[in-house]
Amino acid sequence: MSEPEQATEARRIATEARDRARFEEEALALADQAYRVARRLAGSREEAEDLVQETYARAFRSWRSYSPGTNMRAWLLRILTNLNVDRGRRIQRTPQTQPLEEGDYYLANKVASAAGEEALEQEQVVERMSQDSIVNALSEIRPQFRDVVVLVDIGDFTYADAAQILDVPIGTVMSRLHRGRRALKQKLAEEALS
Amino acid sequence: MSGDPCDRCEELLQDFLDRTLTNEEWATAESHLGACDYCRRRYRFEESLRRYVKLSAVERMPPGLMAKLEELRGLDATAL
Repeated sequence: MSEPEQATEARRIATEARDRARFEEEALALADQAYRVARRLAGSREEAEDLVQETYARAFRSWRSYSPGTNMRAWLLRILTNLNVDRGRRIQRTPQTQPLEEGDYYLANKVASAAGEEALEQEQVVERMSQDSIVNALSEIRPQFRDVVVLVDIGDFTYADAAQILDVPIGTVMSRLHRGRRALKQKLAEEALS
Repeated sequence: MSGDPCDRCEELLQDFLDRTLTNEEWATAESHLGACDYCRRRYRFEESLRRYVKLSAVERMPPGLMAKLEELRGLDATAL
């Protein structure tokens, strides 16, 4: 290699190293958000930690497939949700039966039946549902609904981001989100009010 | 689509709170909520519930995990 060629190659290597470092910094800044989603998709803290580590290992290995300036949060979370789906297939979950879907007032009507209409306007009524009830109820709804509820309602992703992450149309995101929220309220009605 | 105004308001609940209704749907819901205690209470309940679900479900990263992620830096694509 001639001297000019060596100089060009040295610059290329330095540029790539700089780009890679920048990529990794940007990805690591999203770790808290990734964990927040992973924690609600996985069954335990340990599984969530494993999922996040696996996500970052894959992201760092395939950093060249990320286009700088595009939505890294969606790119990273897509890796995470795909790994979670793969894990779900390996664990071979038993198919969940589909309960009859209730309307959006279902939980509120249950609370009103138990504690009166005025209870619906008291913050404490909702807060009496334990954190465990909320988390358990979330873990029991169908995975395709839970993924969207976790991304949008817990992770604060937009419909467009969630659609990109899950590789589905925005209309599908909205439909699954609505049904997921209803399923969550039905579970809460069973758990928190039993 | 239901003809009962409260049933219709129930159908609009999620999109109302998500601010994804059309102007016409928004006007329908707002008008009804102004006159109907039953639905207004349920909308407020839904708002509280959403806030509380998020509060309950968000969990911070455990200490030590970030250090483990930092150790993954520089992983090579050939190291699969």
